[in-house]
Amino acid sequence: MSDSAYITSDIKSNRNPHYERFRPRMYSTRMPIFWWVRKRPYVTFILRELTSIFVMAYAVILMIILGALGRGPEAYEALLAFFQTPFSIGLHVVIFVFVIFHSITWFKLAPTATVIKVGKKRLPGIALVAGNIALWIVLSAAIAWLLIG
Amino acid sequence: MATKKTNDPFWWTLFGAGGTISAFFIPVHVLIMGIVIPLGWATAPDYESLLELAQHPVSRLYLFALISLSLFHWAHRFRYTLYDGLQLKHLELFIFTFCYGTAIAGTVIAAFLAFGL
Repeated sequence: MSDSAYITSDIKSNRNPHYERFRPRMYSTRMPIFWWVRKRPYVTFILRELTSIFVMAYAVILMIILGALGRGPEAYEALLAFFQTPFSIGLHVVIFVFVIFHSITWFKLAPTATVIKVGKKRLPGIALVAGNIALWIVLSAAIAWLLIG
Repeated sequence: MATKKTNDPFWWTLFGAGGTISAFFIPVHVLIMGIVIPLGWATAPDYESLLELAQHPVSRLYLFALISLSLFHWAHRFRYTLYDGLQLKHLELFIFTFCYGTAIAGTVIAAFLAFGL
């Protein structure tokens, strides 16, 4: 019996129920689920990824605000009253911290994903980050003015 | 090895658009509606004027895009966080359906809310 025939017969038999093709059992190491807690850059990475949950949460809150606006003045006043509860303010502070972290990490990453050429030269990354942050402040001021100006 | 054809560029584009629009606009909404007004640092817009503002065609489009793209941003990022962070690659189909399904359902609701107001 040749070697390969022997290996094939091993796969087909039920002798090794954990056999996975392309993944020899002897050499596989298992990563612990919390592999990222030990090093600061890994923690930052996971926190950055988790900001998406808070972005999503606020998209839901925006829908709640629109829903209240659609139902009438009483629903809107009730929602404003809810927003004044310590629970709501605490929730919004947590969301705010995470979405700010999202914005900063997103703008810092922008030069990696975007190449802007000025003439023949590439615009330096720092200029793109600075431009984004300046635009962020202007847009935020505009929205704030529309809401409470 | 055959290259597996995926829809990832499509989902990634929505992820990128959502990441950008939410980075620019979500923090100010959270700050004004959720912190500044409730703490009394500014007065809340009255019902009529906020409704009028939200009913402007540009506002409708803005609110729809902001909500929908933010959801797709979450869907894509959360999907990979579950795969890599918690090593749930073996639940791929379930996670894929849950993440993008939620974003698609939210997009439909956002369309009704923003354009039906």
